[in-house]
Amino acid sequence: MVNRLVTGAGYGLLSWLVQRISAVILVIYTLFMTIFLLSHRPLQFAEWKALFTPLSLRLFSLLFFLSLFLHAWVGVRNILMDYVHPTGLRLALEVAAILALVVYAAWSMQILWGA
Amino acid sequence: MARRPNYLNLFQIRLPLPALTSILHRVSGALLFLAIPVLLILLQQSLGSAAGFDAARARLDHPLVKLFLLVLLWAFLHHFFAGIRFLFLDIHIGVDLPQARITAALALFVSVVLTVLIGIWLW
Repeated sequence: MVNRLVTGAGYGLLSWLVQRISAVILVIYTLFMTIFLLSHRPLQFAEWKALFTPLSLRLFSLLFFLSLFLHAWVGVRNILMDYVHPTGLRLALEVAAILALVVYAAWSMQILWGA
Repeated sequence: MARRPNYLNLFQIRLPLPALTSILHRVSGALLFLAIPVLLILLQQSLGSAAGFDAARARLDHPLVKLFLLVLLWAFLHHFFAGIRFLFLDIHIGVDLPQARITAALALFVSVVLTVLIGIWLW
């Protein structure tokens, strides 16, 4: 009988898959951003602002941010599972990481659509 | 019977090159996670207004900030290249030990060299 901790790995396959799919999206967005920055040197505010104006780019950026935060969650949880052994402390840190990432997600949407 | 889960004493393990790349992938990932709010603040400021854009740019001119960003740049590049290496390992490309050693060294080397070059270029 496996001793199931509330902060344990669960089944893991979904996390594993999320980590890989989000990684591919992060790579694509990184390449896109690198090409944009290299072709706009020195970067001007108008060009920077214009980049994020079309809906397509906002949605692409949203996809990037959500991938980043899911990717970060799987990674942070793996680190906490390996190095933080007391269940209470690990749970507290996991909750803190989840709350931070949810706040970041809302914040990044505000940056993309607000102002 | 061994008690599960088992935890290893990391300080007693000699690290081969692929292991070094792997642990640095983890370290760089943790650094990048911690840097997220700082980068969001910069993005928000730079997109907010022309004045904010200039203010964000002025912030980046400070030597300590540049140093901080260079560390982050290394973390990003290492995470990027080591991560791509792991994606290939997942689809069974480069799994054999000689290849795995070469690509591990390559990920380490390229990220450090690129960090130095970009650092010199942008400083």
